[in-house]
Amino acid sequence: MKIDALTRTEQFKNFSFVLPAFIIFSVFYIYPFFYTFVLSFHKYDFISESKFIGWANFKEVIFYGKHWWNTVYNGAFITFWALTFQNILAFTLALGVDKATRTGKFYRVIFFLLPVLSEIIIGLLMREFLLSNPGIFNKLLDKLNLSFIAQDWLGRDRALLTAALVHCWKGFGWAFVILLAGLQTIPEQLYEAARIDGASAWQTFLKVTVPLLMPVIALVLVLTILGTMQAFAMILALTRGTGGITEVPVMLIYNHLRGRQVGLACAEGVILGIILIAVSFTMLYISKQIRRRWGVLPR
Amino acid sequence: MYYRAKKIITLILLHTFLISVALSCIFPFMWMINSSLKTETEFRADHGLVMSKRISLENYKQALLGERLWAYFFNSVFYTAITVFFIVIISSLAAYGFSRLDFPGKNIVFFMFLAAMMIPLPAGFVPLYVLLNKIHLVNRTGYVLAMTNMGLSLSIYLLKTFFDQLPHDLEDAARIDGCGRIRIWWNVCLPLVAPALAVVIIFNALNVWNEFVLASLMFTENNLMPLQVGLMEVYNRNIIQHTLIMASLTIGAVPIILLYLRMQKQFIKGLTAGAVVG
Repeated sequence: MKIDALTRTEQFKNFSFVLPAFIIFSVFYIYPFFYTFVLSFHKYDFISESKFIGWANFKEVIFYGKHWWNTVYNGAFITFWALTFQNILAFTLALGVDKATRTGKFYRVIFFLLPVLSEIIIGLLMREFLLSNPGIFNKLLDKLNLSFIAQDWLGRDRALLTAALVHCWKGFGWAFVILLAGLQTIPEQLYEAARIDGASAWQTFLKVTVPLLMPVIALVLVLTILGTMQAFAMILALTRGTGGITEVPVMLIYNHLRGRQVGLACAEGVILGIILIAVSFTMLYISKQIRRRWGVLPR
Repeated sequence: MYYRAKKIITLILLHTFLISVALSCIFPFMWMINSSLKTETEFRADHGLVMSKRISLENYKQALLGERLWAYFFNSVFYTAITVFFIVIISSLAAYGFSRLDFPGKNIVFFMFLAAMMIPLPAGFVPLYVLLNKIHLVNRTGYVLAMTNMGLSLSIYLLKTFFDQLPHDLEDAARIDGCGRIRIWWNVCLPLVAPALAVVIIFNALNVWNEFVLASLMFTENNLMPLQVGLMEVYNRNIIQHTLIMASLTIGAVPIILLYLRMQKQFIKGLTAGAVVG
């Protein structure tokens, strides 16, 4: 059916299929989306009328907000661990499972258990597990003759690293599943051809596996950045922010909203959103350049 | 012979590595369940690292009735069921509309839904909460509507790709037999995309079930809180009652684990669906 063949009422009847979704979407997504920008230029505390104050919120966040950049640093620290440790672990596991089993179903089911469970449950469970008093994890290390690693895991010195590691522990299964699915789409003939040409295992990995997996790897990296910089509930449950030591950006936004500093929270949200978009576009651009240089990308 | 031996040794080493990582995933949960079955005194003696000979269900009773975890649990069931129901109906209607029906501005509207999936909105809950506050919807209705919206974009996108793949013949046949749009959508097309609906249901159910931020902002009354917020409350009220907390966490985790083991294929598809789109 062509549009010009339809009468007005027909068009409206067709549109009515989309209408409920469109209304909810407009009210709860589009309006709040633009409202963020409006609020970020205002001072509003739920009680008195909102007041336009220009760039004051942004100035406060960017220039006087040591606190804010500290949370961004914490988020970036956790993201760094997620990008390196979590993804390398996931990639190693995916390669191992791909080599050792045919479908990898058993390992996939177990590794994916953690991403399924809620952040609050994982955070609270790990808090109970690691808390220095009664110190179950340290007791366990003691039994395994590893007591030299034992320490106050959620204390001020270690809490941020612990938060990063628990985050990796919760997230690696997700990266593993995506990477394994990617590995399983690489046709067997390519490996065979490489073998016949006398390529070593390392050469095959570098010249066949990695280039063909590059789009999937880039996707995992971007989604890791987006997910980790916005992580919040797990860290809240695990550490309570440890007096700012493990405070992440979204936690600060959340606390500012609770403290009725709506404009400030919105300005922070806008800034974080811009940072995230910039970083993920840079990542996608770099991965495209790499693929082009290796001649994997068509065109 | 040499190659064979080398291959077997590699396999053994690989499986040892894989199984040790798998154990690290499972052990905390075994410890959690084991500790939840102990009394607080027993737990203080062995830290839950020894299998208990005696099983005490006292913690579960205290968690469910004393801490009213059953109420949090049923709140979560309620929010999840209603939200998923709304999402399935609304998103499948819209996806069918985008896939099969024509109206002016269709592509622009669809593009908006797509863009919503791509743009990260780290503080989206701030204006949402302010808005709900202004229109006096800081209650269950507001929460369900806001959560419905969160699931719409991805569900519409997923279902539309499935509707696009359906052959037109069946619908034509139904139309010739006198079916209207609604009946074609409900009786012909929806049953055909049942596998995609399963993925949409799991993805959204888990999303609502695990949601914490918005719920913790909106529900300050104890009898409205969903499970995730309730668990934080139970924890804060009983910080030194370790076995009670373990029982509460077990109640929160085990139903999901069982459901996951039963339907792991849909779970994995549902949770990685977001990634495939990006």
